[in-house]
Amino acid sequence: MAKADLMDFDKALELFEPVLGFEVHVELSTKTKMFSDAPNPANSENVTAGPNTQITPVDLGLPGSLPVVNRTAVEYSISLGLALGCSIAASSRFARKNYFYPDLAKDYQISQYDEPIAFEGSVEVELEDGTVFTVPIERAHMEEDAGKLTHVGGATGRIQGAEYSLVDYNRAGVPLVEIVTKPIFGAEHNAPAVGKAYVSTIRDIVRSLGISEARMERGNLRCDANVSLRPRARAGEPPAPLGTRTETKNVNSMRSVERAVRYEIQRQAAILAAGGSITQETRHWHEDTGTTSPGRPKSDADDYRYFPEPDLLPIEPDPKLIESLRAALPEAPAVRRRRLRESWGFTELEFQDVQNSGLLVEVEETVAAGAAPAQARKWWTGEIARLANAQNAEPAALITPLAVSEIVALVESGELTDRMARQVVEGVAAGRARPPRSSRRAASRSSRMTAR
Amino acid sequence: MSGVGLTASASAMADALAAGEVTSVELTQAHLDRIAAVDGDVHAYLHVNAAALEAAAAADARRAAGDGVHPLTGVPIAIKDVLCTIDMPSTAGSKILEGWVPPYDATTVARVRAAGMVPLGKTNMDEFAMGSSTEYSAWGPTHNPWDLERIPGGSGGGSAAAVAAFEAPIALGSDTGGSIRQPGAVTGTVGVKPTYGGVSRYGAIALASSLDQVGPVTRTVLDAGLLHDVIGGHDPRDSTSIPDAWPSFAEAARAGTREGSVKGLRIGVVEEMSREEQGFQPGVLQRFRESLELLERQGAELVEVNAPHFRYAIAAYYLILPAEASSNLAKFDSVRFGMRVTPPGGGTVEEVMAATREAGFGPEVKRRVILGTYALSAGYYDAYYGSAQKVRTLIQRDFGSAFERCDVLATPSAPTTAFKIGEKVDDPLAMYLNDLTTIPANLAGVPGISLPSGLAPEDGLPVGIQFMAPARQDARLYTVGAALEQALVDAWGGPLLNRAPVLA
Repeated sequence: MAKADLMDFDKALELFEPVLGFEVHVELSTKTKMFSDAPNPANSENVTAGPNTQITPVDLGLPGSLPVVNRTAVEYSISLGLALGCSIAASSRFARKNYFYPDLAKDYQISQYDEPIAFEGSVEVELEDGTVFTVPIERAHMEEDAGKLTHVGGATGRIQGAEYSLVDYNRAGVPLVEIVTKPIFGAEHNAPAVGKAYVSTIRDIVRSLGISEARMERGNLRCDANVSLRPRARAGEPPAPLGTRTETKNVNSMRSVERAVRYEIQRQAAILAAGGSITQETRHWHEDTGTTSPGRPKSDADDYRYFPEPDLLPIEPDPKLIESLRAALPEAPAVRRRRLRESWGFTELEFQDVQNSGLLVEVEETVAAGAAPAQARKWWTGEIARLANAQNAEPAALITPLAVSEIVALVESGELTDRMARQVVEGVAAGRARPPRSSRRAASRSSRMTAR
Repeated sequence: MSGVGLTASASAMADALAAGEVTSVELTQAHLDRIAAVDGDVHAYLHVNAAALEAAAAADARRAAGDGVHPLTGVPIAIKDVLCTIDMPSTAGSKILEGWVPPYDATTVARVRAAGMVPLGKTNMDEFAMGSSTEYSAWGPTHNPWDLERIPGGSGGGSAAAVAAFEAPIALGSDTGGSIRQPGAVTGTVGVKPTYGGVSRYGAIALASSLDQVGPVTRTVLDAGLLHDVIGGHDPRDSTSIPDAWPSFAEAARAGTREGSVKGLRIGVVEEMSREEQGFQPGVLQRFRESLELLERQGAELVEVNAPHFRYAIAAYYLILPAEASSNLAKFDSVRFGMRVTPPGGGTVEEVMAATREAGFGPEVKRRVILGTYALSAGYYDAYYGSAQKVRTLIQRDFGSAFERCDVLATPSAPTTAFKIGEKVDDPLAMYLNDLTTIPANLAGVPGISLPSGLAPEDGLPVGIQFMAPARQDARLYTVGAALEQALVDAWGGPLLNRAPVLA
């Protein structure tokens, strides 16, 4: 839909009530995969040697191979479930989701269906204006990732028109937790912001748990956004039934989540107001144009022929294990935010700035590495955010907190001027320089890095 | 070859190897010669191991060095084609896997090799183990050594025929609904389906994951126990593998040959599986009763038990098996391994997958994949797969209450003797009924053994008797089996296979 054909956002909200739902896939950073002992590429310590090198017969689905559950992945999933306020199932089961696709080695995905490991929770998310909104969680379940297809030939890089496709099974079997919300009502004008804040909160939770590297640009965290609209009920009338939803797939930055939700509300409102109807389908998000386009039609009758995975036993975690994981949970994001704001001595506005840029963890880690809070904030929300914006990347993808803290130290010790430091940051971000090491830590002063 | 004959049991061959009366190289060569002489008629093998003599020489060297010698070191073995072998094609009897050599050994194969046994080759089977006659092999049928016009049972007809025709002293099979036991019955050999989880399934190309078990195919009960000791036990690569320690099954078999070994043993005779009107051939029932009488004379106690839900076993089995198989066989899509058929003029990946499966799968595989896909479909799941799982629970309960009254259960191993090749190949329902007595053990996960109980008077063909025990009580089967075997062989004046016609 051309942008001009979209309905004005405020007008759309006047006529319709948006109902949201999110499916967030989190790649766990275990050493090995969900069902095999192949190195897990979602753990960046496992350096890949190229396509189809991080695989075993299990990941290729070779005849005769059998899955074995990764205990660490189960523990990570329980921790995540607990952090989402969920109940942990005394017994949960894997199931097979059957469909043919070349990136799916066995032509079925081992997932969880009617017996997920975690269910019924909620997450508090904080919007940019400080409003706290509660997102209800339906379930969190374990599953394996599929491989990756590269379509060669053809202009679009899509499967249509491609001459042939290459499959890389390195990602096949990467442990995933899929977090599914219940329908989210009442977000209203804040709907796009709720989407962004929700994904940001999930990212903060998994990073604080240390169970995922949570780099959206690498696909460690992937969001599918469900949006539907229903007409506003007139006073005294019961609410209208839920409208037909679309599922926008792989919205892979927090800003995009916000944009995609806003776009779908405006698009659907225009169609509905013109007397049209919404097709239930998956939609692709286009980062460059800020629009969505139809994917495949999706109906509730999609038949995956789920049945209990006979190669695996039910997961029945020891209650003592659950309690010890509960005791080891880091503080809840809201509590943590209050604590950090106080200990850093930021004004409300300064703190919001960090929070809204999704840089809380970066600043925290930079401070932990020795930098003054004000300096950490200055670099992350200033120069690094600017570079990231220019490159359309996440700030965390450009430079590590440790490197930032060392640059701060070099400035403080007078070894770098502010201008030189900015050049260093730019060099590191562009991959042209290695992160510096402060002379306070390095044995030799000659180890200074410069942008070349 | 001096010291031991080809018709000897595997344990007798092992004794001759240990006594230095024969070498593994001699023994292996003798079997390769036998295969060359008779397998043109029998067609038990799909592939003969070109490196068999090297493995035999290694076994001899190991014995000479006294280095980790196992009771079966140097004994040749045939391997069902459903098991992955790193050095030989593993096709599961299917065109879709023609020439596929896996990059790994099945755990059972690795254990057989580690014990110093010598793989002779891969044996024929119904495609993906779907069948009761080995006629559904993509590579042509195997012939029963007792009558080459007849089927050797299935799906493991190749392993059973190889052992019956002295083309191997011992073999590996797999049993999903009777594929070890029913071929054993119709070829006059011994076959054991272990307790589910007793033997690793890793590297066994899956038919129905919740039913499949790998087990021994042999000429004597002791041989089966010896091989079970080699292949059994926990495997961390199979999540359904039982972690407990197991007793020696060879010891259990030896115990069975001692005086009074079955005294006081309560043998439950399943009322629902012991009458002519239930589809059993008269000669099958006659030999069954005679065997039970022999045991009774040795002090065993016969108890009549009921298993009212066994009559639903075949119906439930033919929903659960196809459902699991439809999913297990999805991976044969041409993308990573095996056959690839590209439609004329190219095609999308879906079209290539469809063309490959159309060309690569035989009719019985297609029938079951379609059946299973249907049974799992939305709207039908509860009525078909769901109901079948409930029946499975009821059958497990039948076993539970039966085993409160007896120590082992007895039935004929198969309703009839070997039928003629081609007789039932176009009648799936008639074919499915062959597994009437063997299927309940798979559905309940309990162990079963089939051993020869004689020749049916009406056609002179082998008849088998089956014993079943509670889960994890496989040892009981070896004890009662060895006791009966000893009494029968004494009565016959030698092993039943001595009466098989001479081949070649």
